[in-house]
Amino acid sequence: MTGLNTIGRSSLRDDADIPASASKASTHTSLVAHRLKPLRGIQPGLVLSWSVMAVVVLWALFPQWFTSYSATVGVARQQLRAPSAEHWLGTDALGRDLLARIIYGAGNSLSGALVAVGVGLVVGTTLGIVAGSARGRIDVAIMRCVDVLLSIPQLLLSLSIVILLGFGIVNAAIAVGITSIASFARLARSEVVRVRASDYVEAAFGSGGTFSRVLLRHILPNSLTSVIAFAALQLGWAILTISTLGFLGYGAPPPTPEWGLLIAEGRNYLARAWWLTTVPGVVVILVVLSANRISQSFGKARA
Amino acid sequence: MTTTINIKPVSTDVSNLPVLEISKLTVGYLGNEALQRVVHEVSLVVRPGEVVALVGESGSGKTTMAQAVIGLLAENGRLEAGAVRLNGADIAGWSQKQLDTIRGSKITLIPQDPTSSLNPVKTIGAQVAEVLQIHRQGSRAEIDERVIKLLALVGLSQPELRAKQYPHELSGGMRQRVLIAIAVALRPALIIADEPTSALDVTVQKRILDLIDELRREYGTAVLLVTHDLGVAADRANHTVVLKGGRIQEEGPTAEVLASPRSDYTRKLLADAPSLGKTRPASRKRSPRLVGRDDAVVVKNLVQDFAVGRRDVFRAVDNVSFTVRRGTTHAIVGESGSGKTTTARSIVGFLKPTTGRILVDGIDVTSLRGENLRRFRKTIQLVYQNPFTSLDPRQTIFQIIEEPLLNFGSLPREDRARKVQAILERVGLPQSVLTRRPHALSGGQLQRVAIARALVLDPQVLVLDEAVSALDVTVQAQILTLLDELQRALELTYLFISHDLAVVRQISDTVSVLHNGRQVDIGPVEDVFQRPGSAYTRELISAIPGQRNGNQYSFP
Repeated sequence: MTGLNTIGRSSLRDDADIPASASKASTHTSLVAHRLKPLRGIQPGLVLSWSVMAVVVLWALFPQWFTSYSATVGVARQQLRAPSAEHWLGTDALGRDLLARIIYGAGNSLSGALVAVGVGLVVGTTLGIVAGSARGRIDVAIMRCVDVLLSIPQLLLSLSIVILLGFGIVNAAIAVGITSIASFARLARSEVVRVRASDYVEAAFGSGGTFSRVLLRHILPNSLTSVIAFAALQLGWAILTISTLGFLGYGAPPPTPEWGLLIAEGRNYLARAWWLTTVPGVVVILVVLSANRISQSFGKARA
Repeated sequence: MTTTINIKPVSTDVSNLPVLEISKLTVGYLGNEALQRVVHEVSLVVRPGEVVALVGESGSGKTTMAQAVIGLLAENGRLEAGAVRLNGADIAGWSQKQLDTIRGSKITLIPQDPTSSLNPVKTIGAQVAEVLQIHRQGSRAEIDERVIKLLALVGLSQPELRAKQYPHELSGGMRQRVLIAIAVALRPALIIADEPTSALDVTVQKRILDLIDELRREYGTAVLLVTHDLGVAADRANHTVVLKGGRIQEEGPTAEVLASPRSDYTRKLLADAPSLGKTRPASRKRSPRLVGRDDAVVVKNLVQDFAVGRRDVFRAVDNVSFTVRRGTTHAIVGESGSGKTTTARSIVGFLKPTTGRILVDGIDVTSLRGENLRRFRKTIQLVYQNPFTSLDPRQTIFQIIEEPLLNFGSLPREDRARKVQAILERVGLPQSVLTRRPHALSGGQLQRVAIARALVLDPQVLVLDEAVSALDVTVQAQILTLLDELQRALELTYLFISHDLAVVRQISDTVSVLHNGRQVDIGPVEDVFQRPGSAYTRELISAIPGQRNGNQYSFP
């Protein structure tokens, strides 16, 4: 956005015939653009975050490129080996290569997170937009339900949903998604209410716009940016929560490689083979941090 | 004319020793590759008891200069060269810690926006006391006593009560008085007033400027008055410095600068300033044949109530009636809270009046609903005060102007494009802006876009809600000229909502003056100005800056 800004401003100088009046607000934007300029170069943190994400996505899509070991079948007499040239991250109690299990686990964790965020994003945002644009009784009804959702501890809620739906990675993901509906709905509603109150929306109605047209042309595009930034943030949170459910045994059943389950399985051998819990834990942390950093950059681009 | 304001020099040598001497000050902002200079070798001198006005449009570097003097430049601001001498000591190179010892005591700032400059969670008293505490002025009880005295000094009624109140309980003018109390608390040698009244209504503006004047006379404090309004400078300053693009265009005693400006830029500023007693130029007086016979807008006994809480009702507009002839301009004038914007919104159909009738182009607006109301929008269009918020930041200029056409009818794509291009030319913008987004344009250009969007449906009536108030004087003058051209070319009827009587006098044929929702005056604009029918109108007219001490400058 800042890039666009400077391009626009510099090319403005060609129009000698128009009054090049630097108004207050444009001076301000130029100052902001100015201050952001050093950031526009390389941001090591952001680059790192994107590369972490890229690696994890590649793991999820093509696990066989990264390891020759199987994620589910162990090698006999190679249980609980320490990291070595043969097994970079060691092996677990059944002789399975830990690196292979992490790599294959990326697919489960990521797709689970995507399903969870998808459920929250679609259902929550729809509710929020309906509430924010309809106002009145519909608004009150929807938002009170959302308040009820928010009042239940999230982990408790997702555990009960998993019990209702049955165990499994998809169900766990749906459960996590349902718990995030409330936050998506609230954010979307507040954005819609903000945009609705703006002069340009009133101007759009004033120039004869129908409700649906104004909604599609102005309200949605202007309110969705922060919802999308929030979705990126939720991705990290969803990976964490799905791992929690997996750790508690409500997620993917063994021997499915899933990060939370890996941590849970490793905890029995914490004294003998600490890497079994630590490495998957570090991977989860890295992915969550990267998702947060990327989401932050979305938020900044908007401002 | 000698100096407009009496200075009482204690003795010649003291008055010659300047309070503030800025010499060859150069300030820049640190960017990606290079330092961008915004102030170039500016020198000025402020002597005790003197008011020096720093006049310029936005972007001229006047605020940067004020910030540089008091050491409050933005983080990437760099004072590159030059000296800032306060009572002879060069403070340009001082650290923030050193500056802390003089800020608030020797040199103070009255900020521009009183609504955002006070801490909302602290009482007024605590905020005034803060400056006294920082500079260790006596015991708690003494400080409390001085706070009350200060609040009384700046003309706040019931100072004991005010000291216990929070900023949101005070009006904008009262808050500005509080900020002035803080600024004068330690009797500084120099007050920097950065657009101290730009956010206030004219009558409040006059009272605040009078107050600064009074305090200055009493204490002999020097004032550096940063303003965009030449009228304010003309009334208040002994010495005027005109700044453009960070360079001094002209400086000298105010009377001389105004009477015989040497630089073209000053002449242009003077010509564009509406407040300096200028009436509608003869060339813009229309011949009567262009004025239609019928009335484009008829408002009869309009009343608009708003519910406050469960039972209380606030009457924003109380029995307002006026008619506007087709092809003429009717102005609605009033201060904030007078009901002028509410009236405009009712006429456009955004509000349902409580009682009363509104006819626009023969259509009764009050009875319209749904699809009929939507169809009616073709007849009347609204232009908003702030073009930065009234245009969707995600749309291109083309999309913005095209949108009303998409809402009505089924014009083919090429016709729409042609129409957009034509209207863009009409408002004086190059075709190259069509692909840009609003943030790449300046305020004046954006307001042209907003006018283009309003005109693309060929409406009969245009409601301009403070449409030029947020713009610099030269841009304002250009937009007013444009509006006048458009009116003559398209036989438009304007409803011009404004707080600025000087602008109203330039553009309108008839005027209604609103005060607290009531219409206190109505008639042809010259009649109202020459023979105001109410005390309130008289007060409004006398508050227009640029006419004190009988200064009626005339310009070619």
